Amino acid sequence: MTDCAIRTDGLTREFGALRAVDAMSLEVPTGAIFGFLGPNGSGKTTTIRLLLGLLEPTRGTASVLGHDTRTEAGAIRERSGALLEHSGLYERMTAEDNLEFYGRVWHIPPAERRQRVHELLTGLGLWDRRREIVGQWSRGMKQKLAVARTLLHRPDLVFLDEPTAGLDPIAAAALRDDLTALARQEGVTVFLTTHNLAEAEKLCDRVAVIRSGHLVAVGRPDELRARARRDRMEVTGRGLDARIAGLVAADPAVETADVSDGRLTLRLRDGHDTSPIVALLVREGVAVDEVRKGGADLEEAFLALVGTES
Amino acid sequence: MIADVLTIAWKDLREVLLQSGTLRRSLRGLLFSFLVFGVFLPLQIGPDLVRQPVAILPFAWVPLLLASGMVADGIAGERERHTLETLLASRLSDRAILIGKVVAAITYGWGFMVISAILGLIVVNVANPGHGLLLYTPTAVVLLGLFGLLGAGLVATGGSLVALRSPTVRQAAQNMNLAIFAVVLIPVLLLQVLPVDVRRQVGTTLTSLDWPTIAIGLGIVLVLADLLLLAAALARFQRTKLILE
Repeated sequence: MTDCAIRTDGLTREFGALRAVDAMSLEVPTGAIFGFLGPNGSGKTTTIRLLLGLLEPTRGTASVLGHDTRTEAGAIRERSGALLEHSGLYERMTAEDNLEFYGRVWHIPPAERRQRVHELLTGLGLWDRRREIVGQWSRGMKQKLAVARTLLHRPDLVFLDEPTAGLDPIAAAALRDDLTALARQEGVTVFLTTHNLAEAEKLCDRVAVIRSGHLVAVGRPDELRARARRDRMEVTGRGLDARIAGLVAADPAVETADVSDGRLTLRLRDGHDTSPIVALLVREGVAVDEVRKGGADLEEAFLALVGTES
Repeated sequence: MIADVLTIAWKDLREVLLQSGTLRRSLRGLLFSFLVFGVFLPLQIGPDLVRQPVAILPFAWVPLLLASGMVADGIAGERERHTLETLLASRLSDRAILIGKVVAAITYGWGFMVISAILGLIVVNVANPGHGLLLYTPTAVVLLGLFGLLGAGLVATGGSLVALRSPTVRQAAQNMNLAIFAVVLIPVLLLQVLPVDVRRQVGTTLTSLDWPTIAIGLGIVLVLADLLLLAAALARFQRTKLILE
């Protein structure tokens, strides 16, 4: 098995004038749970489609599980599982029949198929409801079943496109727990797209941030948090206005300064001391309530990274 | 490839036959078709159903109607219900998916035609006890079986092309039904507006024709049309195109 489950080099996909994925170069280590973060319309789903060989790139190359997406897409799909934007379940069929069908699709022998269906449905708490029509189920249960279908044939790599989107917090948390447990247990590489930062932080070993088709950052969640912590500073207090923002922006440590809702947000340059900024604010008569450097979670890191590109 | 085709056909048939949860409930939904083609028409036609080969023609409607609905549901329905992309992301080839859907539609339409014909035979025998055991002639069996199959194939392959261009099941079904009615009814309506003596001449010509030769010729034309439409549908059914629609 290769060290990288996914490797892209300058991967680009255009739809007319729109560049949905822009010269993306990315490596996803084998066995990792890799989070692919980005706002709506940033190119996450297009990237998954390119990696599965469902779309052809306009330029660049991608290799998935050692196979070229242009020439060996069939081999990629043979060894992958995908839970895409929609669950893809046949709602007029029972849960058992849905898994039976995909078991046949992957040529799993009947005895093994029955055992695997039992194992997955039991693990997800759905075994007792296997003979029910899926269309009557809640969205959370459908997503769980879709996860079971995705893992049914023991793929080396699974693509999960916003798996908890539209779920209530309890169902989302339950699905996240199931996903983590199953992924670790099966030793599968997971490529997960989401715009839920808390989810990415809980699930992922590594994350990449994409905006307008362009890769903004790649790293461990703690690395991205540290990066945001270093780059951002927020000041709250009385007397913060556009004049103060203009004065602060002249400081060599400050790249940009914005005031909104009584909060001064600064983007900082690397390696500069920030204490003179606080001194300047006090000198100018600002009643400083709180100074906070960087973000405490991935969400702020994400916003900072996405903001960098805007 | 054959296993994959059968897997898709198994799924499509199971989805349609068990869509109400059980086979019994689904058959209840098909009861109207069985009553019309398996009971009402045989009762109307009587013993001529087995004596006149042309009397079995109404059964030919069964595969036309059912196969068109099935293929509309199998292709446009997968897209409408958002299950197509997951299917395309699986290991199945484009070819296996499409042929599987065509096979399912043919099996469904042809299968119900055979059941209707058998039911019709039972009804005719029960309703006409004084005529001894009434059975279809071997010619009628061959004609019905073969042309029913080829007709279902024509609807399934042509219907798959229509369904590929239709965003919803309803639109696909409407377009297909319009096409079927146009092909079947327009010649009949045209015949009605012809002057009586011309119609009589057409009738005389038809009865004097060499029917076995015509049947063979028609069979060959249908086989070629089925293959041509299947090739066109296969050329159209490509996941890299479908994913963008």
